[in-house]
Amino acid sequence: MELDTTTLLNDSAIATRLEEAIGWARESSLWPMVFGTACCAIEFMSVAASKYDISRFGAEVVRFSPRQADLLIVAGTITYKQAPILKQIYEQMSEPKWVVSMGACACSGGFYDNYSTMQGIDNIIPVDVYVGGCPPRPEALIDALLSLQNDLRINKYNPDRHKDFRGLLDNV
Amino acid sequence: MCENIIVPAEELHTLIDTKYKEGFTYLLDITAVDYTVYPVVQEELFALIYVLRHESFLYHIVLKTYLKELKIETITDIFKGANWLEREVYDQYGIHFKNHPNLRRVLNHKEFVGHPLLKAYPITKGQLLHEVDDLIDEMNNRLLSRNVVCKLESGSFSECNKDLMFLNLGPSHPASHGTIRTYVALDGETIECAVSEIGYLHRGFEKSCENHTYNQIVPYTDRLNYCSAISNNIAFVKTVEEMLGITISERAQAIRVMLLELSRIEDHAVCLAAILVDMGGLTNYWYMYNPREDIYELLSKLTGARLTNSYMRVGGMTNDLYDGFDGDLKEVIKKIQYGVEQTLSLIKHNRIFHDRTQNVGMITAENALNYSLTGPNLRASGIAYDMRKDTPYYGYEKYQFDVVVGSVGDVYDRIMVRFGEIEESIKIIEQVMGNLPQGEINIKDFSIVLPKKEAVYTTIEGAMNQFKLIFEGVKVPLGEHYSSLEATNGELGFYIVSDGSGTPYKVKVKAPSFTAMSAYAQMIEGSQLADAILTLGSLNIIAGEMDR
Ligand code: SF4
Repeated sequence: MELDTTTLLNDSAIATRLEEAIGWARESSLWPMVFGTACCAIEFMSVAASKYDISRFGAEVVRFSPRQADLLIVAGTITYKQAPILKQIYEQMSEPKWVVSMGACACSGGFYDNYSTMQGIDNIIPVDVYVGGCPPRPEALIDALLSLQNDLRINKYNPDRHKDFRGLLDNV
Repeated sequence: MCENIIVPAEELHTLIDTKYKEGFTYLLDITAVDYTVYPVVQEELFALIYVLRHESFLYHIVLKTYLKELKIETITDIFKGANWLEREVYDQYGIHFKNHPNLRRVLNHKEFVGHPLLKAYPITKGQLLHEVDDLIDEMNNRLLSRNVVCKLESGSFSECNKDLMFLNLGPSHPASHGTIRTYVALDGETIECAVSEIGYLHRGFEKSCENHTYNQIVPYTDRLNYCSAISNNIAFVKTVEEMLGITISERAQAIRVMLLELSRIEDHAVCLAAILVDMGGLTNYWYMYNPREDIYELLSKLTGARLTNSYMRVGGMTNDLYDGFDGDLKEVIKKIQYGVEQTLSLIKHNRIFHDRTQNVGMITAENALNYSLTGPNLRASGIAYDMRKDTPYYGYEKYQFDVVVGSVGDVYDRIMVRFGEIEESIKIIEQVMGNLPQGEINIKDFSIVLPKKEAVYTTIEGAMNQFKLIFEGVKVPLGEHYSSLEATNGELGFYIVSDGSGTPYKVKVKAPSFTAMSAYAQMIEGSQLADAILTLGSLNIIAGEMDR
C-alpha cells in the first residue's frame, strides 16, 4: 500500500473556516438556564420530560446557575418586581449567550396589561428568539431551539448584535 | 349556610374574639372593598370583609365593617394567618392595621407608590423596581426576637453574638419554584431565622378582573393554580352561578366533579414528581410526569388546550364530552395507576426516603389551623376537613370515597396524603363515569349562555343574544358573595362584588397557597437547610395562585 500525504490528510482532516467550525460545535452544545416563573415553566417541564425530550436536540444540560449556561430561556410572566433579578441573571451569564423568550407573557406581557406586569422582557434584556403561545406547546419551544441552532450553524449571530441595547433598568 | 354580620369598626376586634371563642377558629380571608364608584351609596367609602369558618367546618360567617378612617385594630393576636392577609389589604388598599407586628407590602414591590386596588389607581400604570429589597430590617427584627444581636454595616450584617451566615434561597432557583424567596440566617447547616418574600409573580389578577366580563375572566383563572387549571375555572363560575341563583344541569355537575378529580390527580402528580426530584429521586419524575402528559393529551382533545383549558363558562361549559372520551379516560387512569405504583415501589420501603421526610417540616394541627392552612396540607396534620364531605356540592355526597389524613403534619404525611388522594380521586371518577347523567350541559337561558352558532347565523334573536353577551357580559345581580370549593390545594374561594353589570366590581381570591406560604418561615426555623427545600416542595406552593 502506498502511503502518500494526500491520502492521509483526506482521512483525517477537513478544510473549513474557523467560524463554521465554532458554529458547528456550539450548535449542539447549548446549555440552557431556565428562568421559569409561571405556567410556561410547567410546559418547560414537559419539554424536558421523556415524551418531548429536549436532550434529543443536544440541549439537555439544563443548568440553574447562569454562570454555567449560555442559553437563557425565560418561561413565564416577568413582573416589575422580578425584572431586576432577570437583569442580574442575564448579566451573570458569560458571552456568548442567547435569549429565548417563551410565551406571550415574556414576549409582550401577554394578557396581563396591568400595573404589575412588565410588557415584554425586551424592555429589560435583549431577546434573540420569541416563542408565541400561552403557553406555547412543547413543539414550539423545540422549534425555537432548532431555529437558534440553525442560525448558530450559519454563524448568523454577531457578538456585537446587542451592543446598543438599552433596557429600562440600564443606566439608572 | 352562611351568615352576614355588619359590625362597627371599633367593635370588630372584640367581636372576632368572641366569635373565636364560640368556635369560629378558622380564618378564611380578609379583604377590603373600595365603594367610591359603586352605583349604590354605601355607609362609608371603604369596608373590610372578614370570612371565618366554624370549627365544625359546616358553615362560615362574613363580617363586614365600614371604615370612617382607613385604620383598624389588627387580629394577628387571634389568628397567625391574619398576618399576611392584613399586609395584603394594606398593600393593595392602604388600610392601616394598628399593632400589626410587621405591616409592610407583601405583593407589590418596595418602590411602588400608591395602592393598586383603589378605584382611583389606573389599571395599566406600571412602576419600575430598580433594586430588590434586601430584607435586612425584617431579618433583623426576626433575629432580635430570638435574642440574636447583630451590627448593621452598610446594608449588611456584621458581628453577631452568634456565628451566622446569611443566605438567599431563591427567587431564581428551581427548588424555590421560580418565584419564592427565603432569606435565611444559618448556624452551620441549621436555619436560625428565616423570612420569606413573595409577590414576584403578582400579575394583577384581581385588578384585571375589574375590566373584563365574567366569562373573559375564566382564562385568567386558569393561570391561578396552573397545575390544575380547570378546578380554578369551576370555583370561579360556581361563585358567579350562585350569585345568579342558577343551578346547572346534572350532567354538567357530574362532568365538573370528574374534572375536579382529574385536576387533583394532575396537580398532585406534578407536586410529587417535583418533590422527589428535590430529594434526588429523579427516576420518579418520569413515572409521575408521564401520566400527566397523558392527562394533557386527553384534556387537549376535550378542551383544545393542554394546560390552560378555560373549559368552563357561567351556566355550564364550552362543549360536551367527545365520543370515546370514556375509553380514553380509562386508558389514562390505568397509566396513572401504573405511575403511582412504580413510584411507591421505589419509595415506600426506602430508608433514605423515610429518613428525609419523617418528622421533617412539621406543623401541628393547632398551628396549621391558626395559620389557615387548608387542603392536603391541613389534612396531613390530622384535621379531616374536606369540603367535599363537610359542605358537599355537585352531588359529592353521592360518591363513596375516604378523606385521607396524616398524623403529625410532616413532609412524609403531606406526600402520602397526596398519594392517597390520587387513589380516592380515581374512585370518584369511576363512580361518576359509571353513572353519567344524560342531557344538556348548559342551562337554557340565553341571557347567560351563548346560543348555538346556527341560531346566531340564522335568527335575529340568536344574533342579538350573542352580541349582548359578548359585549356586555353576563349581568350578575347587585350584591356580594363568597363561595368556595375543595380545589387541589384546599379551599379555593372567590369573594365577588357585583354592581349589576357584566363586569365584576371586585374579585378577591382566597388562595390556599398564600396562607400556606405565610406559615413556611416558622416551619423551617430550627431545621436543616436541605429539609427546608423539601418542606417547601411538600406544601405545593403554586406561585400563580399565591401571588395572583
Ligand atoms: S404566556 Fe400564558 S402560560 Fe405562559 S406564563 Fe404567561 S399566562 Fe402563563
